[in-house]
Amino acid sequence: MPLTDDAPLLSLAGFSKSFAGFVALDRVDFTLRAGEIHALLGENGAGKSTLIKTMTGVVTRDAGTMRLNGAEIAPRSAEEAVKAGIATVYQEVNLAPNLSVAQNLFLGRQPTRFGLVREREMRRRAAALLTEFGLAIDVSSPLESYSVAIQHIVAIARAVDQSARVLILDEPTASLDAHEVEVLFAVLRQLQARGIGIVFVTHFLDQVYAICDRITVLRNGRLAGTAPIADLPRLDLVRLMLGRELSEATAKRPPHVESAARTPVATFAAFGKEGQVAPFDLTLRAGHVVGLAGLLGSGRTETVRLVFGAEKADCGTAEVDGRRVAIGSPREAMRLRFGYCPEERKTEGIVADLTVRENIVLALQAQRGALAPLPRREQDEIAAKFIRLLDIRPPDPERPIGLLSGGNQQKALLARWLATSPRLLILDEPTRGIDVGAHAEIIALIRSLCAEGMALLVVSSELEEIVTYADEVIVLRDRAHVARLSGDAVDVPAILAAIADAPSAPAARHA
Amino acid sequence: MALRLPRVGTAQIGALALILAANWVVSPQFFDIRLQDGRLFGSLIDVLNRGAPVALLSLGMVLVIAMRGIDLSVGAVMAISGAIAASLADSHSLPVVLAAALGAGLLCGLWNGFLVAVLGIQPIVATLILMVAGRGIAQLITEGRIVTFTSPDLAFLGGGSVLGVPTPIVLALAMLALTLAVVRGTALGLMIEASGGNPRASALAGIGTRLITLAVYVWSGLCAALAGIVAAADILGADANNAGLWLELDAILAVVIGGTSLFGGRFSIILAVVGALIIQAMNTGILLSGLPPETNLVVKAVVVLAVLLAQSPRLGAHLAGLRVLFGPRKA
Repeated sequence: MPLTDDAPLLSLAGFSKSFAGFVALDRVDFTLRAGEIHALLGENGAGKSTLIKTMTGVVTRDAGTMRLNGAEIAPRSAEEAVKAGIATVYQEVNLAPNLSVAQNLFLGRQPTRFGLVREREMRRRAAALLTEFGLAIDVSSPLESYSVAIQHIVAIARAVDQSARVLILDEPTASLDAHEVEVLFAVLRQLQARGIGIVFVTHFLDQVYAICDRITVLRNGRLAGTAPIADLPRLDLVRLMLGRELSEATAKRPPHVESAARTPVATFAAFGKEGQVAPFDLTLRAGHVVGLAGLLGSGRTETVRLVFGAEKADCGTAEVDGRRVAIGSPREAMRLRFGYCPEERKTEGIVADLTVRENIVLALQAQRGALAPLPRREQDEIAAKFIRLLDIRPPDPERPIGLLSGGNQQKALLARWLATSPRLLILDEPTRGIDVGAHAEIIALIRSLCAEGMALLVVSSELEEIVTYADEVIVLRDRAHVARLSGDAVDVPAILAAIADAPSAPAARHA
Repeated sequence: MALRLPRVGTAQIGALALILAANWVVSPQFFDIRLQDGRLFGSLIDVLNRGAPVALLSLGMVLVIAMRGIDLSVGAVMAISGAIAASLADSHSLPVVLAAALGAGLLCGLWNGFLVAVLGIQPIVATLILMVAGRGIAQLITEGRIVTFTSPDLAFLGGGSVLGVPTPIVLALAMLALTLAVVRGTALGLMIEASGGNPRASALAGIGTRLITLAVYVWSGLCAALAGIVAAADILGADANNAGLWLELDAILAVVIGGTSLFGGRFSIILAVVGALIIQAMNTGILLSGLPPETNLVVKAVVVLAVLLAQSPRLGAHLAGLRVLFGPRKA
């Protein structure tokens, strides 16, 4: 690998940026060599996004210089950055989903003749371009008809084709499943071989070790360290990111309690909805965590939405405390004291304009009804209590929640439901897209809620995490519940086997 | 993400003060108020009195806009309620007249709300229906004529006064107080801001967004009906063709000047009313100045632009940038 001391492709020196007195970046240096994949890591709020935005000119920096191939550049917008050779692909693909793949690839630079777009030429070139990335798809279909992984590759292809020498990927794998990640990685390796420098932002440490050459860690807006991957074992990396030891919380599992001994809170029999998820049986017990595992699109989110009444089941029965109930809407589910933190935090969770306090009291207020407003003093107390309890930062209840980092938004959403003192709490990917520190805190919280006797239903793609807190794991495949593991049978190899439909190997069972 | 911090309304109140000051310059007796026959008179009173209908409309409109909606039908609803009030005024007692006119507004609001909340039709299209049809309904009620009345009871609502304050001002203030009590005195305000800001998240948090949507259109209909009654009482008659004509646009303008975003979410009832007063103060000022009334629209556009620019976060950032460039350097 060309990782010698040759001149860096891109070098940043002394990047600083503050927002209204808050220092987001403090004299950060960063170098990227040609043909390397460089992981940019840090907790939420460490300054990764700000660094990327100041690099690409989306945000003006307060200080710092940037050199690309030795020449100083100062792009003032994303377009200027692309022209200079720095392209960025964001987690949410910034393309037009309703246009065809070919149109997306050549948007704004379509091949024309006499001012007319040469559609056929454009399609031919699009197909040729994607073939280089090992993608043989119909380029005249709309982009939205393809998976997120393919959309990402299209976005990357577009960026690289616009003569990018530096490619910045901001959490490209957050919504991809394992196979899709592999496809994406193959593309990255190919770009690497072409001498393109890649900045890779992610929360998945496994992926860092799978593909990256070097790591740069930011903490609280400062450079915490840069090292080749071989010199930075995982534990040291986590220490560098957190500035402290990761608590034991994520490692050990408390002893399982016999499931049947627990009181059932809610029982679902042959519950399901056509086109969403096949009828399933599910029992949720007090002080008991049920995990839902499976690939993206396997029916996990659909299952929990049915349980919460966000979708109406068209078959089966639900019983709460032994009584038949109808769960036709979230309001009815809340009357049964259910709570639901959805996966899509931005579109289904937070109300970005409202303050942290207003977001926290929202569900409780809805439960009480409009005519019984919570007195302001009580709202302040509730907000203060949960900000302290969950360590929400910054601890300002009057800040619009949209200004908080993802992990803190997630905590505030948990607070919204905890304020309603639910008996059953449903968490859909509670640790997605949030930093390692908040991960550990949320897992610890799940455990303590469970210990207090709450019933929990948790969807997670993080199998290593799910086995640390779940008493029972239900595996889904193709919109059906296909396996149920409980007690000591809950371990990662068994879950993987069930997901992959392999005969369950007598895997080493650890306590 | 352009997140707006809670607004204090300096831009709006500053603009109103500026326009009032300009009015004083073109007409030095602008702030003179005198008591005559037990009623207050003066240009300032005139601004409040003539601004009352749009202020009433803005009370409903601000809630509709906060819910990501829009109500284009309020002008037509004014025409309907005015027509009903004028037609019944001489043959029925005031309570009956009011009940019928307000009831019509309520029905109009229910219709709009039904189209938007239940059938899921886009608000601009849904209320366009009644905007067009409503004026026709009003003409059917008046049978195409200008209906006049002589009933002093109804006339009192337009030309009378309570403790010297003209009745339209009293009605607008009462409606403002009632709206504030209903919306900010309960949790409805929070629920409207949440539903307008993020409808899906709010529904998942257990807020009955549909019912609230229905309710804000009903409120808008009621406010419009009251504005229509005031307008009819003022001219002692109902002109189905011209009553409330284009006032929906003034009401939307008042709400937007008041800082409520057309994308829904955060809203301010009081600033919407300030917005209505800004519009009326401009109208009055141009009349007083002796400028041809045709300039009114142009001047209005300029002032609206100025207020909107003053609120723009992006412009604020640019100005801050200029201050950094040209202002005193920090050591």
